[in-house]
Amino acid sequence: MDQAKIRELRQKSAEIKLGALEAVYSASSGHPGGSLSISDLLAYLYFEEMRIDPKNPRWEDRDRLVLSKGHTAPALYAALAARGFLPREDLKTFRQADSYLQGHPDMKHTPGVDMTTGSLGLGISAACGIALAGKLKKKDYRVYAILGDGECEEGQVWEAAMFAAHKKLDNLCAFVDFNGLQIDGPVAEVNDPTPLDKKFEAFRWNVLVIDGHDFSQIETAVNAAKACSGKPTAVICRSVKGKGVSFMENNVKWHGSAPNGEQYGQAVEEIRASLQSL
Amino acid sequence: MAEKIATREAYGDALVEFGAKYENLVVLDADLAEATKTVKFKKAYPDRFFDCGIAEGNMVAVAAGLATAGMIPFASSFAMFTAGRAFEQIRNAIGYPHLNVKIGATHAGITVGEDGATHQCLEDLGTMRTIPGMTILNPADAVEARAAVEAAILLDGPCYLRFGRYAVPVIHDSASFRFTVGKGLPLAAGKDVTLVATGIMVSMALEARELLKADGIDAAVIDIHTIKPLDKELILKAAAETGAIVTAEEHNVIGGLGSAVAEAVSEGCPVPVLRVGVEDVFGCSGKVPALLEKFGLTPSHIAFMAKEAVKKKR
Repeated sequence: MDQAKIRELRQKSAEIKLGALEAVYSASSGHPGGSLSISDLLAYLYFEEMRIDPKNPRWEDRDRLVLSKGHTAPALYAALAARGFLPREDLKTFRQADSYLQGHPDMKHTPGVDMTTGSLGLGISAACGIALAGKLKKKDYRVYAILGDGECEEGQVWEAAMFAAHKKLDNLCAFVDFNGLQIDGPVAEVNDPTPLDKKFEAFRWNVLVIDGHDFSQIETAVNAAKACSGKPTAVICRSVKGKGVSFMENNVKWHGSAPNGEQYGQAVEEIRASLQSL
Repeated sequence: MAEKIATREAYGDALVEFGAKYENLVVLDADLAEATKTVKFKKAYPDRFFDCGIAEGNMVAVAAGLATAGMIPFASSFAMFTAGRAFEQIRNAIGYPHLNVKIGATHAGITVGEDGATHQCLEDLGTMRTIPGMTILNPADAVEARAAVEAAILLDGPCYLRFGRYAVPVIHDSASFRFTVGKGLPLAAGKDVTLVATGIMVSMALEARELLKADGIDAAVIDIHTIKPLDKELILKAAAETGAIVTAEEHNVIGGLGSAVAEAVSEGCPVPVLRVGVEDVFGCSGKVPALLEKFGLTPSHIAFMAKEAVKKKR
């Protein structure tokens, strides 16, 4: 990947981070840590990879993205806003009683949301169903799912993993945002779901482990998934929870709490500063 | 004596019949295809049948995904393992986004028989009824079951269909039968009390009506195949005309038809409502006729309750 492309994706990622933080700050509620850890991935998928049309969000042949870790909706909404699916200013209405931007993604009311998620484990199963429909209808769309590492403690994730491999859903690519933290603490201390790569391999998936903040590695993984026939692909993305905001990075406190005014100001400043250094 | 057919048989046959007509119809099962009778569809349309193995939560959410891409999935297992085990997936992946998924639940109620309480679902009407936008169909016989399957296909939205394991009398005439979602069927007129029944209890309510005649009681009978949306208009009319109601269902008396009718009647036309059903206990193993007797799911018990209801009339 050339440097100009990387710079462009970093800008998009920053835009997603700023949108996600603004949503969470405006709501005084939400999940900033895991939103920031997937912003680079979303930037790549929405601005480089996915076949989508903001003017036709229900286009039958579009690629789909299921945010199985639905609590990080702020990043998804910010990506959709940046990509033109919804007005940027609506991010301020996140989690308000009269808003269509629900605390967790709602496909019925939000353009560009391909599946309602929030209850962990549901999204990856639904992504399997969408991939299966693609096979049945002989469509060439691809289905992306993003899971949390904590989410992989849900039994349903492994029901879905078994199903996807058995049905040879090679049009499905699942990313695991392996940031190492869940609400109650480090995943290694709560109920360690590792080794995730070995588990997916044992479930007969094509598996890659990458740095989830390296666009070249994301690109390589996505292309490897496309090239893999007969197997779904799992991409374990090593990531930093709270990525891009110094005081949020690797701090479990920011899993599900909103910054105050001062903290928000500092976070915005840091992300803007990182843009200037590009 | 009427022919006896289990509604699950009619379900399997209907899937095959309508599979030809509706090419987006797909069927999922969770390792119970022989029992749920979806095996008939599997044989007829192997490319549109998916065995998900023993993983009901995944099956239900896979069905949701299929529906987002325009398929019409029927996800099948026993009532206990869909409305029971996969309740949360049905609620969040199907009900909340109002996706076009049909849950084909068989082996509902105590007529599962020998397998006993773990497999005898007596709660499904209750759990499904609390999901906004869920249509619930509980056919009384094979004719109604076939019609319910097509009605579910034509309905755009989530639908729970309840079928039984045990062969029950065919009470409807297939040539003249008309099924409308949300419309109860008045099967017999009467002036003293109305028997409001659903599922396998409908034929028993008709038998109870004959028993009541001997005691000089003239009972009306209504078949409620759609538990939700409930035909309140028909039920309130019956309450006004006969002044007493007895409900009958193969379900816990809490949460199902009896509850739904009592809610409607108490709000719209308060008259005595007595409920025949399993009285808030778990089932048990046994031969079906013995279990029906043990839990009071019989024409004679419906008749007894009807007489009690008549006594309570003002």
